[in-house]
Amino acid sequence: MSLFKAHYNLEKHSVGFVVAIILAASVGGLVEIAPLFTIDDTVETLPDMRVYTPLELAGRDIYIREGCYACHSQMIRTLRDEVERYGPYSLAAESQYDHPMLWGSKRTGPDLARLGSKYSDEWHVAHLINPRDVVPTSIMPAYPWLATNTLDVADLGQHLAVLRRLGVPYTDEMIANAPHDALAQTRPDGEAATGLVARYGEATTLRPFSGADRLTEMDALVAYLQVLGQLSQVPYAPEVTP
Amino acid sequence: MIAKLTRTERHLGLLLSICLALLGLTMAALGKHDPMAVHGFIALALGLTLVFAVGGVLEEPAPDPARLQRYYDDPIKVGIVLAMVWGVFAMGVGLWVAALMVWPEATFGQPWSGYGRLRPVHTTGVIFAFGGNALIATSFHVMQRTCRARLADQLSPWFVLIGYNLFLVWAVTGYFMGVTQSKEYAEPEWYADLWLVVVWLVYLVLYLRTLKRRAEPHIYVANWYYLAFIVVVAMLHVVNAAALPVSWVGAKSYSAFSGVQDAMVQWWYGHNAVAFFMTSGFLGMLYYYLPVRAQRPIFSYRLSIISFWGITFFYLWVGSHHLHYTALPTWVQNLGMTFSVMLLVPSWASAGNALATLNGAWHRVGDDATLRFMFVAAVFYGLSTFEGSFLAIRPVNALSHYTDWTVGHVHSGALGWLAMVTFGAFYSVIPQICGRTAMHSARLVEWHFWLALAGLLTYVFALWNAGITQGLMWRTYNAAGTLNYSFIDSMEAMRPYYIARVIGGALFLAGICVGAVNIWLTVRGARGAAADVPLAPQAAE
Repeated sequence: MSLFKAHYNLEKHSVGFVVAIILAASVGGLVEIAPLFTIDDTVETLPDMRVYTPLELAGRDIYIREGCYACHSQMIRTLRDEVERYGPYSLAAESQYDHPMLWGSKRTGPDLARLGSKYSDEWHVAHLINPRDVVPTSIMPAYPWLATNTLDVADLGQHLAVLRRLGVPYTDEMIANAPHDALAQTRPDGEAATGLVARYGEATTLRPFSGADRLTEMDALVAYLQVLGQLSQVPYAPEVTP
Repeated sequence: MIAKLTRTERHLGLLLSICLALLGLTMAALGKHDPMAVHGFIALALGLTLVFAVGGVLEEPAPDPARLQRYYDDPIKVGIVLAMVWGVFAMGVGLWVAALMVWPEATFGQPWSGYGRLRPVHTTGVIFAFGGNALIATSFHVMQRTCRARLADQLSPWFVLIGYNLFLVWAVTGYFMGVTQSKEYAEPEWYADLWLVVVWLVYLVLYLRTLKRRAEPHIYVANWYYLAFIVVVAMLHVVNAAALPVSWVGAKSYSAFSGVQDAMVQWWYGHNAVAFFMTSGFLGMLYYYLPVRAQRPIFSYRLSIISFWGITFFYLWVGSHHLHYTALPTWVQNLGMTFSVMLLVPSWASAGNALATLNGAWHRVGDDATLRFMFVAAVFYGLSTFEGSFLAIRPVNALSHYTDWTVGHVHSGALGWLAMVTFGAFYSVIPQICGRTAMHSARLVEWHFWLALAGLLTYVFALWNAGITQGLMWRTYNAAGTLNYSFIDSMEAMRPYYIARVIGGALFLAGICVGAVNIWLTVRGARGAAADVPLAPQAAE
C-alpha cells in the first residue's frame, strides 16, 4: 500500500519525521482553540460585570497560593442537580477576567462558584481558622495563620497593571490607588471608601471582613470568597437564557 | 564520571556551571524577600557544587579514545537513580495527601503542608520527576541501542538531566512556598517554565544529533514515540505557560489567558500532558523493552504506524472532554467527545500490538517478573484508555466529573501503566548497563511486582467505588423531588474508600521502596560496562 510505502521512506528522515509530528499535532488545537478567541458568542456580554477590587484580587492570589482549587471547583454545570444544589449554572463571562480561570476539576469539597453572600463573614473566618469548629466532619485543612499574616499590599498596583496589559479593564486611577483601596474596603466608614465605591461601583462590598485592626490575609480571602458569583447579577435574573 | 568527559567538555561544563551560579546569584540578589530568591540560592548552590566537581578534575588526562567504541551509559544510571529517589519521595507525599483526606489534622498546622500545596508536589513528583527522569534515562538508552550509535556528545545529556532536575526542584520547593500558576500539571512559575524550554531544546537537539549517527537506515518505532513526547510537550508547554510576571524580580505571574479560553488551553495542555508525557514516551519504552525482554519481534509494523499517527493526531482534540456541560461552547465539547471515542482505536492498536507480541512468550511472562511488569502495564494501558474514552462520553461524564472516579482513572493510568512499564524497563536496562546478567535480587523484583499489583488494585477499586457513590449521591432525588443528600453526606460516605486508598498507596509505596533498594544494590555492584557495542563507526568528538 502506497501510504505505508510513504511512511517507510519518512522513517529514514528524522527532521522530516519531526515536522510531520508537528503538523499532525497542531490541527486539533487550531480547530478547537483559535475560534474561541474570534467567535463573539463564546463569551456573553454582561452589562453589570465588574472587576475584582484590589482586596478581592489579593484574596484570589491567596486562594491560588494555598491550592484551594485542588478541592473546590468554580464551575456549575448545566445539570439540574447542580443548579439546584449550587445556583444558576456558570456563564463564560463570569470568569472573563480570571487569569487564570479556577474552574477546577475535582469536588472533594463543594463548588464555590456562587459562594458569595451565602454565609456570613464570621462563618468564613471561623471556618478558615478551623473548619471542624463549624462543620464537624469536614476534612478541609485549617488555615489559622491567615488571620495573623499581614496582607502585603505594596505592589497591588503592579498586579492590576499587569492584568490590564492582559485585557482586564483596570483604570489608571484604580492602579494608582490600589493599596489604599485594599484597606478602604474593610473600613466602610472611612473617607477612602467613597473613592473605592466611585472606582469599583455601588455593588462593592465594604465590610470589616475579619474585624482585625489591621489588614490581614484573612480579610483578603474572605472578601474574595464573598464576591464569588457576585461580579454580575445577570445569571440570577429569571428570564436570562444566554 | 566527570573525568570521562573530554577536556573541551570539562571546560564547557565549568563555564556552564559558572553561568548557573551567576544566574542563581542574580536571582537571589534581585528577588530579595520573594520566593524567587530561595530558588536563586538553590541554583547558586548547585552551580557552585558543579564548579568544584568539574574544576577538581579539569586538568586530568583526556579520556581513553576506546570509549568511542562503546555506548555512553553513565547518564542513564544517574537518571534511573534520580527517578527512583523522586519516585519514593513523590509517592510518599502521595500517601501523605491520601492520609490528609482521612486525618485532616495531619498538616501539623504548617502552611507548607496543607493539602493544596502538597497535592502538586505529589503530581509533579510522580509525573514529571519520577516519570520524566525515567523517560530521559531510558530514551538515552533506547536511542543509542536502536541507532546502534553512541550519544552525540557527553556533555548535553548531563545538561539535560541536571537542568531538568533543577526545574523539578524549583517546581516542588515552589509549591511548598505557595508559588504556583495554579494550572493543573503546569504549576511552576514563569522563570522555571522558561528554564524548561532551554533544557528541552537541548534534549531535542541531542536526540536528533544521535539519530543522525544511526547505523540503521530506519528510525525504530520507539524513537517515534520519544520524539513525539519531546516535540509535542514543548508545543503544549510554550502555549499553556504563556504568562506575564508581575515583576521581573518576583515569582508571581498572571496567565495570558482568562476564563473559557484559558480553560480550553489548560485542558488541551492537561490532557495532552497525559497523552505525550504519560503515554507517548512510555509507549516508546514499551516498544523497545517489551520485545527485547520477550525475545519476540513486534507483532505488527503496520499496526505500529496506525497507532502512532492515530495517537499523535487524535489526542490533541480531546482536551475539551474535561469541560462537558461547562461554559465552554457545546460544539467544542462534542468534538472532544467524538475524538475521545475514536481515540480508542489507536490506543487499543498499541495495547493489542504489545500483547500480541507476547504471544509465544507467555511462559516468560509467568517466569519473569520484569516482563510481567510490562505485561500488566500493557493491560492497564488498554483498560485505562477504554475507561478514558468511556468517561469522555457526555452523559457518563455528567456523573463522573468532579468525583474520585477521575482520580481513580488517573491512577489506573499512572500506577498501572506508567509506573509498571517504567519498572519493567528499569529492571531490563539496569543489569545490562551495569555489566551484569540480572538484577541484584530476582526475589525482590517478585516482591515489588506483587506489592505494586496489590496496591494498584486496592487503590483503583477504592476510588471507582468512591467516585460512583459520590456521583450518584449528588444527583439522587427523594420522593418530594428535592436533592436527597447534602454535600457533607456525600463527603462522609467517602471515608471507608479513602482509608482503602491509603492502604493501596502504602502497598504501592512499599513496592517502589523495595525496587529502589534493589536498583541501588545492582548499580553499586556494577561489573564494568555494557557488553553490547555500537555498530556505527564513531567519529571523533
